[in-house]
Order: sequence, then structure tokens, then C-alpha cells
Amino acid sequence: MGRTLDGIWVATCTAMMVSTLLRRVMDEIVKEFLIESSDNLDRLDQELVKLESEPTSKELLASIFRTIHTIKGSCGFLGFPRLEKLAHTAEGLLARLRDGDLALTQPITNALLGVVDAVRQMLRAIESSGQDGSEDYAALIERLGELQQPLSRESTTPSEPDVSSTASLAEKTQATGPPQVSPPPKTSDRAHPECDAVIVKSAETRDSAEEKLAHASSPTAGGEIIRVAVHLVDRLLNLVGELVLARNQLLQFQNRASDAGFQAVCQRTNLITTELQEQVMKARMQPMENIWNKFPRTVRDLALNCGKEVQLELEGQETELDRTVLEAIRDPLMHLVRNAIDHGIETPETRKKAGKNPAGVVRLRALHQGGQVNIEVIDDGAGLNRERIRKRAIEHGIVSPQQAGSMADRDLFQLIFLSGFSTAEKVTKVSGRGVGMDVVRAGVEKIGGGIDVQSADGKGTSIKIRIPLTLAIIPALMVASGGECFAIPQANVLELVRLESADGLETVHGAPVYRLRGRLLPLVYLNRELQMDRGEAAETAGSAVNLAVLQADGREFGLVVDTILDTQEIVVKPLSQQLKGLNAYSGATILGDGRIALILDIPGLAQRALMVSDSREQLAKAKAFAQEVNAGREALLLVECGLRSRMAIPISLVSRLEEFPVTAIELAGTQEVIQYRGQIMPIVRLTRVLSGVEARAEAATACLKVVVSGESGGSVGLVVDKILDIVDEYPSIENPSRRRGVLGSCVIQKRVTEMLDVPGLVADMGAGRLESLPR
Amino acid sequence: MSNSQQFCTFVLQGMLFGTPVTRVQEVILQRPMTPVPLAPHVVRGLINLRGQIVMVLDLRRQLGFPDFAAGQSPVHLVVHTCNGPVSLLVDDIGNVLELDKEILQRPPETLRGFSREVLRGVYQLPEGLLLELDIDRVVDLWDLKKSLAQNHVGPESNDSANAVAMHKRGE
Repeated sequence: MGRTLDGIWVATCTAMMVSTLLRRVMDEIVKEFLIESSDNLDRLDQELVKLESEPTSKELLASIFRTIHTIKGSCGFLGFPRLEKLAHTAEGLLARLRDGDLALTQPITNALLGVVDAVRQMLRAIESSGQDGSEDYAALIERLGELQQPLSRESTTPSEPDVSSTASLAEKTQATGPPQVSPPPKTSDRAHPECDAVIVKSAETRDSAEEKLAHASSPTAGGEIIRVAVHLVDRLLNLVGELVLARNQLLQFQNRASDAGFQAVCQRTNLITTELQEQVMKARMQPMENIWNKFPRTVRDLALNCGKEVQLELEGQETELDRTVLEAIRDPLMHLVRNAIDHGIETPETRKKAGKNPAGVVRLRALHQGGQVNIEVIDDGAGLNRERIRKRAIEHGIVSPQQAGSMADRDLFQLIFLSGFSTAEKVTKVSGRGVGMDVVRAGVEKIGGGIDVQSADGKGTSIKIRIPLTLAIIPALMVASGGECFAIPQANVLELVRLESADGLETVHGAPVYRLRGRLLPLVYLNRELQMDRGEAAETAGSAVNLAVLQADGREFGLVVDTILDTQEIVVKPLSQQLKGLNAYSGATILGDGRIALILDIPGLAQRALMVSDSREQLAKAKAFAQEVNAGREALLLVECGLRSRMAIPISLVSRLEEFPVTAIELAGTQEVIQYRGQIMPIVRLTRVLSGVEARAEAATACLKVVVSGESGGSVGLVVDKILDIVDEYPSIENPSRRRGVLGSCVIQKRVTEMLDVPGLVADMGAGRLESLPR
Repeated sequence: MSNSQQFCTFVLQGMLFGTPVTRVQEVILQRPMTPVPLAPHVVRGLINLRGQIVMVLDLRRQLGFPDFAAGQSPVHLVVHTCNGPVSLLVDDIGNVLELDKEILQRPPETLRGFSREVLRGVYQLPEGLLLELDIDRVVDLWDLKKSLAQNHVGPESNDSANAVAMHKRGE
């Protein structure tokens, strides 16, 4: 039994029982044990789930038995009695399964998976405190014992290992211990050994998943995989990048030189550099299965939890992705799978009624396509319920009933990614609280990916995620502003617009906007936003304006830059922590000539310039309002107040238009009022309130144009400069405003017009928030 | 031997500063620098050090001295920090000196404010005084934040220490 023990370090350790050395060596051994066990546990998860479908597989059973046994042996020696006891009991159960005394049943699988979880928790405790925790898992051990009962024999099976002998294990292993895969313990101070290491594989090991499994479970098949610290690979990548630059310079010399020998050397250097770059990039790549191997277990547990039968199919496990991308995609994927099981797949009864196989299928598929990786999460469940999405969208005021009716499926399905939007009728433990899909989308977009939904009623849903192969190299648009070069990730770029003159730009109370095919696009000047002094030239009227239309966080805006250069594949390099805090740059890159360009953090920039988060609420409000306008089919009163500023008020809120002499204004406290039809009506000077600009000095004979809003008793007078028109247009409000008293702006009669928030103004006045102090 | 330490010395505003050589990665001459808009005043920009992007701090600004004169070409002293290498701009680089730790003295009590924070002590040399700089303090995020606040509040000041004290409003 000592043969299979992970013992080489254990063995060498016993030989080194020097008291001062012991402690350090023990720490190293424990660290090594933790890394190895965490790998082993992952394999156990997979193998146990697999065993459920092939309960008679002797090979699988043997492999599981061996793994548990290894854990037991090691922890016995290292002095983790609770962990050892648990592993021992599990081993006993497994021995019976292996010997055919017991048949595998679901309770047994559950209990064994429970053991895996418990061991994992204990390992975590060991990692943080050095002890195997206080929990002794008595109930679980008892359960394992019970499960062994039905076919128990009088004597213990010969194969059942003897705990008392663990102390002598070390000596036995010394002679027979198999060659170990693990590298010598390092003296580095890595805090989380598991997450700090990347598996670097030699090319030969790229075989099928089955082979790998067999491969991993045979202890002698090591040697082809080594653990390498991630920072080492990153450093290599850095140096290779530098080598590429040096190579480029060398090639320039080559063109000038006539020496044939030199030419040949340059050529070879060129080839080797290219090859080296490719290989180092590959070293950072990891197969999809690194995260997928956790899924079978999760799916099994979830399906049991939801009372559903689910089959998980994995396709394209060998698809390779950059390690950082892989990490970033793990949670979104897990969420989608969870959704598919909880919402997508129906209960076995429903499925039978619909004439489907009672067991639903969730298929995960990954493939490379055009420099990107496509990952699909496909279920054959009920599909998305269009009606329910429509209903929810109308309830939330996101679309009007008319709009909802005419929406294309694609747009409709995109609604499920909105925050707070859940169509689940009941909240379950698993999902349905309305948070989730928005997080999934945010997660995917963060790494420059996109997400698409397709669904057929009764046939299932397919969610397709497109993500870049790597975050280390991204396509980017290079722009110049203020004399500096900046990179914008291509994922954020929608289109580029060049205006021959600045005349096309308008302002809404000082905020620049551009009308892009009837929509209002808020503009952000990069040089102003970054507070760079130079680059005023772009803003002078008459000269051409370059706009990059960008999207971030579901909002669009135009970034005004001096010059748009070109698109490039850039190597992303991290910035120091201090500069990341600026919330303006996501990294930096080195250009072909060795100069550095900063990579703009578009969501960060949008937040700086547009207050994206604040406007969400406004957006909902504006949409609700637009819907009201649409539903009521009512007209708008157009007024002018302040310098060339047009405002619209829904006619339903206007009771009369009046003119008063200035002398009619009286004061009640600090509030300007007018006696109107036997009431005291407070008045609001829109120009002053909205723009903070004092109206022109009024002659005593001047007349005030007042829009009376609200019914008698609660009416308010809005002082405007000019009444313009009444129109029958039903514009959609586009740019929710962050200013008090304004809902947003829209285009009416081909001019930018702001929608007045009358109820908001009245409420503000009631709360004394508006300063209406007269001179 | 155990009581002495090698120091890399450099000159700033006519004063001799030093830091243990073990902290110094390399010394490089002027090279193209990319400014970082919105960054604190002391951050002069980024340089490309063999493929690695290194932040450049202006030690004159950080210590509250007047800015480098036009035409002056400062030297990059690239030092190790816990966040990777950082370049400090100094006037000139001096010799490597081996100094006895025992002659280290505390900074004079009359020294106040920021300068006191970043000095570990003073060595008395025959030709003058050598001020030992505490690199970790110089590149400390917190100090950067303070100067960020200063940067936001007002125009550059020749005495950043005082300015920092005045504007320490926790914004």
C-alpha cells in the first residue's frame, strides 16, 4: 500500500529530522501537498461523476481509490488526524465498491462527493491556519459507514488499509516510492501556490481528453508537464516583445547592407524570433477544459437540486485560450449554465408531455473562429418566453407596448441583459433574482467580448459568447490628441465620423452634442477630459473634427480627437497601481518605434465625462415619460428660455398661457408669487433655475410670459422668454439629463430641444430647493 | 564589513543624496518619455525600459525643490520597489560610497514636513553631508495621493511639503 503514497518528499524528510530544518521542510511539504491535493480533488470530482454513468468501470474505480489513498497517506504522515480519518472511511467504502461487494448508488456518489467537498474545506483550513480545522465531519463519516453496511462481512476486507501502519509508511515508500511529477519545493514566498502557477505543456501532450484523464491518473506518466510561475512566463513574453523590436531594427540595417553573410544571419534571426514569439504566446494558453472540468460536478448537483435530469455535453475542450481570458470567463459561463438548468430545462414530466427526452441536454461548445473564440451554451429546454420578456419590458417602462410588439427577436432577447430584469416567476435558490445576466454581459464586455442570444420556442436557447483569444494582444484604434498618441480598444469603437467643419456640433446648455442620423450623441473632447493644454486647434470652428463613436456600459458617446491614425494589434502592458487609480487608462503599450502609448479605459472615461451610473435612473424615467407621451398621443408646447435654448412641455401639463406685468410679482418669504384667479401662484423663472443665468434686466413695463401649469390651488407659473410653437411630434428622449428640472433632450423640428420635468420642478420648489430670490 | 553598506549617491539641488545600491537597478540617461495626463504632478511620465513600462517620478517635485531648469538633462535612477521598477529623476549621479552604519544620524530636529518623512538619516562625510533617502516612502502611494490632492487644489508650489500640509483635506 505504501507503493502509491506520494512519498518522495515525505521520505527525504524523515531522513532530515534535524529540528531547525524540520519546520521549514515541513512547510514546504505541506505546501506541495496542498497543490497536489487540490489537483487530485478536481480529478476526483470528474471521475466520480463519470463513474455514475459507467458504474462498472474498474479503471475509474481504481483511479479514484488511488487518489483518496494518496491523500490519506500524506495527511497521516503530516499530522492531520481529522482529514486522515475522513479519507480513511471513504477509502473503506471505495474498497468495497472496487471489490464488487457494493454497487454504486446515487447515495454513495453523493456521500463520496461530500467527502471531496469536506476534504477541500479542510485543505483550505490547512492553508490558512496550518491545522485541519475544527469540524470533524462525524455525520459524514457515519453516513459513509452506514453505506458500507448492507453487504458487510464479518471480517474486514483484506484490501482495507490499516491506519496504524501509516507511521511506517514513510520508510516503506523510501524504497518503492514511484517517481513523482512534482518539482522540488521552491523557497519562493508564493502565498497561493495553486493560483500562481500555470501548467506548461509540451506539444506532444495535446491529446484527447480521455487520454489525458488516463494519463493523469497513472502516476508514472509525469515528466511532460512542469509547473512554471506565471510571472516567469509574463517576463518571457516581455522580453520576446523587446526582441521583436530589436529584430525590426535589425531588418532595417539588413536592407542597407550588402554582405551576404549578414543577410543570412538577419534572415535566420527573423525566423527564430517569430517562432519564439508564437511559442511563448502558446505557453500562456490553457485549454478550455481547465475550467470546464469543474462543470460536470456543478451540473450534477444543480440538476439534483432543481429536480431535473440534465446531461452535460462538452465540445471543444482542447480549445486554447489565454489564461487571463479563461479566468475572466469562468464565472459568466458558470452563470449561464446555471440559468440553462434552472430556467431553460423543464422538469422531466413537462418534457415527457412535450414529447421530449426526459433528460435535458446542456451543451457547451468552444471553437476558434476568425481570431476569436466562440463559446456557446446551448440547452434544449423551453426557450425564452417572448411574451414574458415583452410584459416585463413594458412593466419596467423600457419600451412602449407598440414598440414591444414590433421588436425583433434579437433586440428583445438583448433585454434580458438589463440590470434587474428577470423573467423567472419565482426566485429560486439558484437564480431568478434579476441580478446575473447583466453581470454576465459586463463580465464578457470587460474582456472585449460580445454576447448573443438565440432561442426557439420549446426547442431551447443558445447563448453565444465571442471573446478574444488573449488579453495580452488586442486590436486597437490609435488616435492622437494634444500631441500624444492613445490607443482605444477596438471592442469599444462603433464607428468613425469625420466632419469637415465644426458647424455640425451643437450644444445643450454648454454640453456639446452631435446629431448622428437623428440621434443625439454626447461629445467628449479627449484633450479637455485629460486636461491637456495643447490641441485647441481641433475646437476652432471651421476646421475638421474627428469623432470616434464609442460605446461603454450600454451608452454611446463621441470622442473628439485631433487625428485618427490607424488600427493596430497592440501588446497590453500593465500600468503601476498608482496610475490605474486614475480611472482613465487600462494599460499602456509600446509602439513599433519604441514609444509608449496609453490605452484609454473607455468605461472609466465615460464615467468621468458622462456620469454613466447616475443617469441610469434618469434613463428609466425618461423612457417612462416618452412612453406616456407616446401612449397619450399628446402635443408639446415649445418655449424658449435663456440664450437660444428650446424647451418642450407636454400640453397636458399646461393649463393656460398668461402674460403678467413685472410689477405684479410679489414676494412671499423668498418665493416670488403672483395673484392669479384668487390664488397665490408661485412662479419659477426657468432661465434662472435651469442655467443659473440672470434674466436680462427687466424694465418696469415689461411683460412676463408665464406658462401656468397644474390645476387651481396647486398651479405654478413658469416664466419663459418666448412661446414658440405647439407641435405634434412624438420624439423619443435620448440623452437623459443630469440637470435638475430637465428629463433629457430630443430633436424637434430639426432642433435640439430639452424636455422639461415639470413635476420635478414643482417638487423641488416645494422643498425649497430652488432659489427664486428676486433682486 | 557587516557594519558598512554601499550607497549609490546622487545630486539634487546641490545636495548629496544616497540610497543603498541594492535598491538600485540601473542608471540611464535621458530617453523619450510619454506624459500621463491627469496623473499627479510628480509623475513625469512613462519610459520604455527594454519592453517594461516604468513610471518616472520627478524627485525635485516630490521633495519640493524648484523644477529642473530648461535644457538640463536629468538622469533616471531606476530603483526596485514592491510594485516593480520606478525611475527617479535626479540632477546627476555620484560615486558609489561604502559607509559605516554607525555614523548615520537622525535627521536634524529642525527639519519638518515631507522632507523629514522621506529621509532615513544623515551621514557626515569629510566633504559634506549625505542624506539617505527612504525609497519606499518616496514612491509611496499615499504620498502620491497627497500630491494628487495638491495637484487638484492649486498651482504648483515650490514647497510641496507646506502645500501638502495645507491641503490635507482628505479629498
